[in-house]
Amino acid sequence: MSSQFLLWVVFSPLLGLLLVTFAPKNSYKIWALATAVLTFVLTAITYIAGQNQSNLQDWNISYEWFSFGKFFAESTRLFEVKFELGVDGLSLVMILLTGVISLISVIAGYSINKGSRSFYQLLFILQVGMYGVFASQNLVLFFLFFELTLVPMFFLIGRWGRFDSERAGYQFLIYNGLGSAFLLFVIAVLFARTGTTNYADLANIIPVGYDTISPISENLKMGLLVCLLIAFAIKLPLFPFHRWMVNVHTQANPAVVIIHAGILLKIGTYGLIRFALGIFPDQFDKMSVALAIIGVVNLLYGAYIALTQKDLRSVLAYSSFSHMGIVIIGLAAMNSAGIQGAIFQSVSHGLIAALLFLLVGMLENRGDTTSFDKISGLAKSTPRLAGLLLFGGMASLGLPGLSGFVGEWLSFVGLFQSHKIIAAVGTLGIILTAAYILRAILALSFGKNSEFVSSFTDLSKHETIASVILVIAIIGLGVYPALVNDMILSSVDFIIQGIRGV
Amino acid sequence: MTWKALSEFQWESMGPEIILIAAALLLLVLELVLPKNVSRKVIGWVGLISVVAAFVWLITLYNHEPVNLLFGTFKLDSFSIVFKTILLIGAILVLLLALGDHTISEQSEYYTLFITALIGTMYMASSSDLITLFVGLELLSISSYILVGIQKRREGSSEAALKYVINGGISTAITLFGLSYTYGLTGTTNITEMNLALSQGVASSNEFLLIIAFVLVFVGLSFKLASVPFHMWAPDVYEGAPTPVTAFLATVSKTGGFIIVLRIFLSIFAGALLMEEQKSVFEVMQPIVGVLAALSMIIGNTIALKQNNLKRMLAYSGIAHGGYLLVAFLTISPFMFESIWFYLLAYTFMTMGILTIVYNVQQQRGSDSLSAIAGLVKTNPYLAIAMTIFVLSLAGIPLTSGFIGKLNIFMGAFVPVKGFYVLGGILLLTTVISYFYYFGILQNVFFRSGEERPVVLPKTHILVVIICVIMTVALGIKPSLAYDVFHQFEIVKDFFQA
Repeated sequence: MSSQFLLWVVFSPLLGLLLVTFAPKNSYKIWALATAVLTFVLTAITYIAGQNQSNLQDWNISYEWFSFGKFFAESTRLFEVKFELGVDGLSLVMILLTGVISLISVIAGYSINKGSRSFYQLLFILQVGMYGVFASQNLVLFFLFFELTLVPMFFLIGRWGRFDSERAGYQFLIYNGLGSAFLLFVIAVLFARTGTTNYADLANIIPVGYDTISPISENLKMGLLVCLLIAFAIKLPLFPFHRWMVNVHTQANPAVVIIHAGILLKIGTYGLIRFALGIFPDQFDKMSVALAIIGVVNLLYGAYIALTQKDLRSVLAYSSFSHMGIVIIGLAAMNSAGIQGAIFQSVSHGLIAALLFLLVGMLENRGDTTSFDKISGLAKSTPRLAGLLLFGGMASLGLPGLSGFVGEWLSFVGLFQSHKIIAAVGTLGIILTAAYILRAILALSFGKNSEFVSSFTDLSKHETIASVILVIAIIGLGVYPALVNDMILSSVDFIIQGIRGV
Repeated sequence: MTWKALSEFQWESMGPEIILIAAALLLLVLELVLPKNVSRKVIGWVGLISVVAAFVWLITLYNHEPVNLLFGTFKLDSFSIVFKTILLIGAILVLLLALGDHTISEQSEYYTLFITALIGTMYMASSSDLITLFVGLELLSISSYILVGIQKRREGSSEAALKYVINGGISTAITLFGLSYTYGLTGTTNITEMNLALSQGVASSNEFLLIIAFVLVFVGLSFKLASVPFHMWAPDVYEGAPTPVTAFLATVSKTGGFIIVLRIFLSIFAGALLMEEQKSVFEVMQPIVGVLAALSMIIGNTIALKQNNLKRMLAYSGIAHGGYLLVAFLTISPFMFESIWFYLLAYTFMTMGILTIVYNVQQQRGSDSLSAIAGLVKTNPYLAIAMTIFVLSLAGIPLTSGFIGKLNIFMGAFVPVKGFYVLGGILLLTTVISYFYYFGILQNVFFRSGEERPVVLPKTHILVVIICVIMTVALGIKPSLAYDVFHQFEIVKDFFQA
């Protein structure tokens, strides 16, 4: 494996950008798909090659980039920002997830007819941002890629959505801009006070409390952690920062929502684990009860509102919000099972949400609505589509044997170890989840088969391929969770060591 | 002065200024001798060539030893070299912009006055005496008063000129009044001697006078920075003045303002110790400057939200950017010089770029309201991409120079032991507020539909846009391009040297 391998993975979508820009009108969609497949294959190779984790060090890339203030001798590299890429098990899982979801999103984008060339261009820029976020090894680079997802996403939401999508785009921009501001604050303070933004260096310096350029008091550490929590709580999102995410889910084009729910929300999980837990473990421990409570509130509140919605999109929006509560529950447990659960839940929710929004896209292509009032009796006219809906629903409510179950199970096992009562309250959420999902499936699949619905055609070739990929992934992870768990084990162990202060 | 003295004088270190002075005189003569039917653009090209020549000469001075000429009234140190670089780059871009403007480009006075104003700012960068510093300031001010009103038949231009001259006159008077106190306290106009005297505590029994002087000078100079409390001229003048003049005020004149602020405040007030508190006047006044900086950021960014006119919006955005720069200035951190320098450089490119686009849209679509740029992506896709890059840079999004500049300012704000968290926080929050109007521009460019007719740019404007796009992106992706130039100098050491 060559040493520039990660560069290829991160920047391979740029090839797609070029191809889509210069390809003739009748073939650019094929080129887009070809690049998406290529990137997916690259990520899969990375994942397989990364099974042997002792080699991961060799993949690290580090180039000189720029540095502020040269007032020290040449040998000390303070205030230097390098272009550093590298991966560990956690990043690899996220990168593979990005590869899968991006492919699905490109296929889902086939149904876009107006301005689809710029749609793919933005999608590929967005992909560079997402791969970069998971492969960066310092905070400045992370932030750069993080913001690189912001701008294309604003356009993707605003331009190809339902009638209120521009407002949703704005809300996305402002909420996430605010989150970025909190994050940038933390990055700038850490950089100014320690002279480095490298993850590994910071994870060594901050918890131990070595001498830094400027002192970092305990209060400051707590303040920085709170800022980080707010930044990623907006991204995830957590109660009460969820309005924007619901709007994006209900207004944006399904192909965009697939990326949004599938990956962008997971940057929240990733950031919490990498920075909040990785750099400030002691402070995170102090906040864990509060976080566990917020997680349970998220789970219950989201599930409760989902129960009252009259439209599949809204149900799924609140369902995503609710499922993110489980991620926080896992993290707040502060133990191995919990953190594994949080990561697993993120991955599995990414896949399930992608499948469900693929279905939303199919319904909207056929009838331009997902309202329970207008659609019923899908099982008769389009049995395969209805079957997929049932499958996605079961995965989402955590049926054993499918991936959703493993994440929920691990997270709750973790929380029962550390905060029993909160965990017990949280389990109510699982019942509510089952209720709203079954209600949605009943409303859509069964009942009177109206004329409107009987005109629907069943799955097309593209749709079948996209859904089969996701179905295989969901079943695979449910039956054999070690596919992901083995990969993240060493990352989780590393974090646990940080928590115990070893 | 004998011939011997003249021949021993170090002419080369004043090279750029001498070229410009000669050019200003040459342009005046050219206007007289050229026949009436010859296009006045020729004069503009001569002006441009001389500015480029001055720039090239400046580059050759990069390795020059610091010198102090004319009894301390002219100083060539690394501070003046790096800041003059920004001034001349800005001047080249402004002249290119003016050459493509079909009304201004035929008015030869524009070029002459522009070059005299430029000489003023150049002299401010090099002066270490209050007298020459003030002469430079006045040269800049008086030239710009006329420039703003140069289209005397246009109502907006005359109105703007009147506002600018009245505000400017008041602010200059206030500055001069403040400077008179520092002269009274120390008995010298030489900044280096003044610094020495004040640091030895000459004024320790009259500390309140120093504080009054600080307030007066700062308030007066805030006019040039377009920051609170002398910011109100900006929107009217930006809107009313011809665009090549607006561009000059937004870049070269603003840079000149920061140069004089750095010269005066760091030399005089940062070294003046107050005996009772064991602090310098600057440290005592830091909270006041902090409040003014915060007000600039808040007022600039919130009022910009309500603007429907692109130029007024850019004026308020300029006020906010003045506030960001003041944050970098008032923290007196080790990053101060480099963050101000980098930000001004980045700001010059992004502002010149966006103003050039706005100007052409205004000329060809007959309006500079926000809706005039609607649908630009359909008629001019490349211009729309350029516009996006400038707007993102102004908003401080990564991969553009604006982000690196902001990050550097944050570094300065957070590195002192008692970090400036509140100011840094305000900077961040107002930046998020600014997303509303910056992305409002993009929303119009990409989502709305407008006129079908493409906007056609004159060749010189295309060049300006290309240069600005390349530099904005290059400084965002590889900031070391600029930092490596800057880091070869020992700014701080030179700055305080006699």
